[in-house]
Amino acid sequence: MQEDCFRDDPRYKQANKEALLAIGLFFLNVIWWFVFAYGLGSGPPSEYSYVMGFPAWFFWSCIGGFVVFSVLTWVMVTYFYVDMPLGAETDYDWKPGRKEG
Amino acid sequence: MQWEIVVVMFIYLALNIGIGLYCARLNNQAKGGFLEEYFLGGRGMGGFVLAMTLTTTYISAGSFIAGPGVAYSMGLGWVLLAMTQLPVGYLVLGVLGKRFAIVARKINAVTVIDFLKQRYDSKAVVVLSVIGIIGFFLAAIAVQFIGGARLFQSMTGYSYEHSLIVFSLVVVFYVTFGGFRGVVLTDAMQGIVMFIGTAILLVGVVVYGGGVQTVMTNLSAVNPDLITPFGVKNFISIPWIMSFWILVGFGTIGLPQVAVRGMGYKDSKAMHQAIIIGTVFTGFLMFGMHFVGAIGKAIDPAIKIGDTVIPELTKKTLNPWLAGLFLTAPLAAIMSTVSSQLLVLSSTIIKDLYVSYVNPNPEERFIKRTSLIITAVTGAIVFILSYTPPDFLVWLNLFALAGMESVFLWPTLLGLYWKRANSSGALASIILGSAAYIYCHNFWARPLGTHTIILPLLVALISFVIVSKLTTPPKKETIRAFWG
Repeated sequence: MQEDCFRDDPRYKQANKEALLAIGLFFLNVIWWFVFAYGLGSGPPSEYSYVMGFPAWFFWSCIGGFVVFSVLTWVMVTYFYVDMPLGAETDYDWKPGRKEG
Repeated sequence: MQWEIVVVMFIYLALNIGIGLYCARLNNQAKGGFLEEYFLGGRGMGGFVLAMTLTTTYISAGSFIAGPGVAYSMGLGWVLLAMTQLPVGYLVLGVLGKRFAIVARKINAVTVIDFLKQRYDSKAVVVLSVIGIIGFFLAAIAVQFIGGARLFQSMTGYSYEHSLIVFSLVVVFYVTFGGFRGVVLTDAMQGIVMFIGTAILLVGVVVYGGGVQTVMTNLSAVNPDLITPFGVKNFISIPWIMSFWILVGFGTIGLPQVAVRGMGYKDSKAMHQAIIIGTVFTGFLMFGMHFVGAIGKAIDPAIKIGDTVIPELTKKTLNPWLAGLFLTAPLAAIMSTVSSQLLVLSSTIIKDLYVSYVNPNPEERFIKRTSLIITAVTGAIVFILSYTPPDFLVWLNLFALAGMESVFLWPTLLGLYWKRANSSGALASIILGSAAYIYCHNFWARPLGTHTIILPLLVALISFVIVSKLTTPPKKETIRAFWG
């Protein structure tokens, strides 16, 4: 369906990129969690190795994953999310890609 | 019961009432429209408050009482499962994102149903979502009320009925008078209590158990399964646990009480901050509480009832003042969840039913009074339901989380990002999604090993896309209002 009679809100392009980033981070999170939990934790418990007293799979998947993805969330928001006005007016002079609103 | 715990409890309840009163004054002084003030706090939430209200609304008694109880019998595998909730903060705010906040301002939406109504312009979609909200929320809130009253009962030694009365009076009071602002500010305070409480208990239990290494040795001595990712007797299979990334991770985007928070923040800075704070906060709470539950087995292997694990461990490992402080945390978790749901329920009745269909231009004074009355009446209905809980309530609550997701997830998400999404698609998705859920729940609990929610969500997505493609696209004015 052609809807050429108006231009999409210019803020949406950046907003879409941010939403995709969040989904990307979600998939990375799943992969990290899965690889460490089942990569290190699938053998018999008697053969587990330990990190700081925790079983290694648990340390890397649950504790490591929490720390790593908290940091990555911070990186994503600080370096890839952009401040923009949220008001209803459509004629903002706002251009994606620059930090200034 | 120790008097110290009772003292801490009542100080805490008084604080909540104080915040409610303070917000009632702010609501009255505000210059914007009353509905936007009362149901959305004038879209003025800052980063910290947004993070707290989003995560505490989501985190209920389940994460403080029931979840750790299961972790107690399943071991570290259940902590692994709980960690699938880490993304809630960045998913809800990141994926609904700025588009949701911008659109809500363009179309002046105050509730999620507001959004759906204007996007799909269909009475059927609105009616089905209203039915979904009223049915599921009444059940979910009543069950939380029951949980709150039981907890209060176990802490103070009052009877169930008296506990329920005190608990409901406090919550209904601050929700009714404080509105959205009261709810989010009490959420923020409750969030801080939950955080400190979790930290205290985590340290307390690990120290009491003799350090991590000793605890792990003792745990595997009880049963080596407890330190594997698979739970006892392989209860936690891989396809099943993977489904939780959808049920309690991605799917939470569709929960109206969570999503509505994506409309109410002040500016993009608040959203950025909230994503970071929310993620750290959720991760810490989920890890802390479930880990405490899991290692509880190494400290006292004889606890019989799952729901008493956390209270028992608290009394065993902490001194009475600290125990009182900690035990307010699950109560806070319950209060922050019901308060938001209660407000969504009353906003549904006032904004989505009354203002939308009965009287589009009500007088400001009238709507003010009605909003307070409806909120209070809703609270009273829930109170009556929880006083002698009928059976269907428990049954409905089983569906609440998954049911909400199968009704709201795709209509919200696709309506926001896909121009072609139309009302027929949304209707098909709501109807087929919930039908598939009811079918799976009764006849096919773990399709191919996955959790019951997965297949219905897929059915809902596919039917949404196919039916939208086959029917006429939405009106040009709608597209222009949402995208232009």
